[in-house]
Amino acid sequence: MGDAEIIPIGTRGRPGRGTGKQPSSAARDLAAGRRPRPAATPCDPPATEAAPPVQPVEPKRPVQPVEPGLAPAPRPAVTTEERDAQGIPLSDWLAAFQHAAREVFGDQWEPQLARLLAFLRRRVTGDYVVDEYGFDEEVTQRFFLAALRPVAEKWFRIEVRGVENIPAEGGALVVSNHSGTIPVDGLMTMVSIHDHTGRYLRPLGADLVFRTPLVSSLARKSGATLACNEDAERMLRGGELVGVWPEGFKGIGKPYSDRYKLQRFGRGGFVSAALRTGVPIIPLSVVGAEEIYPLVGNVPSLARLLGLPYVPITPLFPWLGPLGLVPLPSKWLLEFGEPVRTDEYDEGAADDPMLVFNVTDQVRESIQQTLYTLLMQRQSVFR
Amino acid sequence: MTSGRVVLVTGVSRDLGRRFARSLAAEPSVGRVIGVDVVPPRGDLGDVSFVRADIRNPVIAKVIAKEDVDTVVHMSVIATPASAGGRGTMKELNVIGTMQLLAACQKASSVQHLVVKSTTTVYGASNRDPAMFTEDMEPRRAPRSGYAKDVAEIEGYVRGFARRRSDVRVSLLRCANVIGPHVTSPITSYFRLPVIPTVVGHDPRLQFLHEDDLLAVLRHATVEDVPGTFNVAGDGVLMLSQAVRRLRRPTVALPAPAVGSLGSVLRRARLADFSPEQLAFLTYGRGVDTHRMRAVLGFEPAYTTAKAFADFGRSLPPTGGRTDRVLAAVEEQLERGAARPLTTRGAHHG
Repeated sequence: MGDAEIIPIGTRGRPGRGTGKQPSSAARDLAAGRRPRPAATPCDPPATEAAPPVQPVEPKRPVQPVEPGLAPAPRPAVTTEERDAQGIPLSDWLAAFQHAAREVFGDQWEPQLARLLAFLRRRVTGDYVVDEYGFDEEVTQRFFLAALRPVAEKWFRIEVRGVENIPAEGGALVVSNHSGTIPVDGLMTMVSIHDHTGRYLRPLGADLVFRTPLVSSLARKSGATLACNEDAERMLRGGELVGVWPEGFKGIGKPYSDRYKLQRFGRGGFVSAALRTGVPIIPLSVVGAEEIYPLVGNVPSLARLLGLPYVPITPLFPWLGPLGLVPLPSKWLLEFGEPVRTDEYDEGAADDPMLVFNVTDQVRESIQQTLYTLLMQRQSVFR
Repeated sequence: MTSGRVVLVTGVSRDLGRRFARSLAAEPSVGRVIGVDVVPPRGDLGDVSFVRADIRNPVIAKVIAKEDVDTVVHMSVIATPASAGGRGTMKELNVIGTMQLLAACQKASSVQHLVVKSTTTVYGASNRDPAMFTEDMEPRRAPRSGYAKDVAEIEGYVRGFARRRSDVRVSLLRCANVIGPHVTSPITSYFRLPVIPTVVGHDPRLQFLHEDDLLAVLRHATVEDVPGTFNVAGDGVLMLSQAVRRLRRPTVALPAPAVGSLGSVLRRARLADFSPEQLAFLTYGRGVDTHRMRAVLGFEPAYTTAKAFADFGRSLPPTGGRTDRVLAAVEEQLERGAARPLTTRGAHHG
């Protein structure tokens, strides 16, 4: 009976066109009701291509004769006709939309959706406020931090200690070690501080950050500003929680073999800024960031060509391409240390280089010691 | 002859200069206002007596001596090469004009007050800039060409003058980009483009000063006796992206060199005055600290940056804003749906 069913579709009972013999295999495959022959056999390339789209279709009207060589052709014809015949009524669309909205926003979907729309309209009409550094609180909270939070919680499983050392209000300077080839540690610190204290960390970034397209606009929007004395003092006077990574590129771009060895702490500029404004310095030790992109090599000549401080080579990058940019899921520990008070020094202490060096060393030692302690407590890199 | 100050205002042929001179003439403490420029002003000067003189040649000294001028307001610093007749003329008018004017002032013992309108462009714009420039900060990269260099040189001459004539009160006002419905400047012609080119990946911070506030601060500095250098700008900052969205204008993001060459094409076609230092400004932006303006100069602008920009935007028809219209339509639909009897929701809640 199989042959009889082919007839109305393919060649009306006559043998395949032009051959005077059997219908072609492609034409036979189009037959309705025919059991799907194990068509996807590797020895039959045209059928392999034709079979998957055809199988689910149950053509209601006879398909026009087909050239054996143009097997995939019938598919668009059939589907267009089907769509023309039925379509989706507007009410169905509306119902589907309402259903989707209820799925996403819950039962209170209308006010929720209205709020989302109002937010979107505010964004597209520019009806929001940024502070003088370009910090856009709304987009930082609703977008940047929301996007980073799963990474912090699920990927790096960040454990935060000593949050009570961060003052609830007023200016303070968070000083952290820097590592990880790409400043992911800064981003994770921002998320962790916001989630634990509700305050925004205002990072100070290198001038490279503000020269790089895209990065520069994101940095300003998320609250960063240039790491210079003027900005640091201005922010601290304004009562902001400022974050600095005094090791800079020396810290973030150090080879994996030097992990958890603190580099030189710049020229102590951060200490003089804190001394001038009398805010506490909070040492922060980050364990785990060293392992996300183990830096095993560097291409200094290419770096010089691109004007970058280094071009990293990690076990995965650039070998795996963009996939190599996925950080290794190390376990992170963040510990905020005891604040170093700077309001007890006399006026003009910031201009005493010896004092500045001493305070710098004190902060550096405290971070280094905490790093060693945390490393001892950590069970393994990934757990 | 009435008592009161005799004020000489340069650059009255241009709209802002003319309006400033007129409003100054209405001040009670000002006796006479003398407007000076190379070409006569187009509009009505009111009570201002106009003297056609070129500040680039020593004639200006005679005007100052003859009229017994005690206050000089120098606002003939031009930012637009096209209006001056080319970059060469612009530089000459700006730099040589200021030199001659200050030389004349130095000779004239009657001159007791000097007010110079400068601009925040002297701070330049680079990725190494602090977020907010205060008056005693230097530009991180010294300007090498164009308007910014002119202004830097002019300020140098003004400082020299202040040293040599320490008895003269000198006020230097560094004004942020002046904006308003009547202003023609590089930044306003940029925002008047139907599609606004931006530098890809950068979102500069902008500060504006409303034209009315510019006139007010110049008047304030002329009448009040406060020496010093002051940044003058409206409160707050706007990001470029935010400003463009408020104008409802579409943007096209281009790499910096492309924006530069597009700018020079526009300049040649006289569609917009787009200068190289403006490219740096549109890449890195700039902010100035106006604390001293409030505390020392005692001036409070009536318009914030956002309000000044909104006032400027009112004169422009939106060329984009489709997304907003779509969202508004959806919102309206939603409200209409909510206003209807609760058919679907009632059924759902049972």
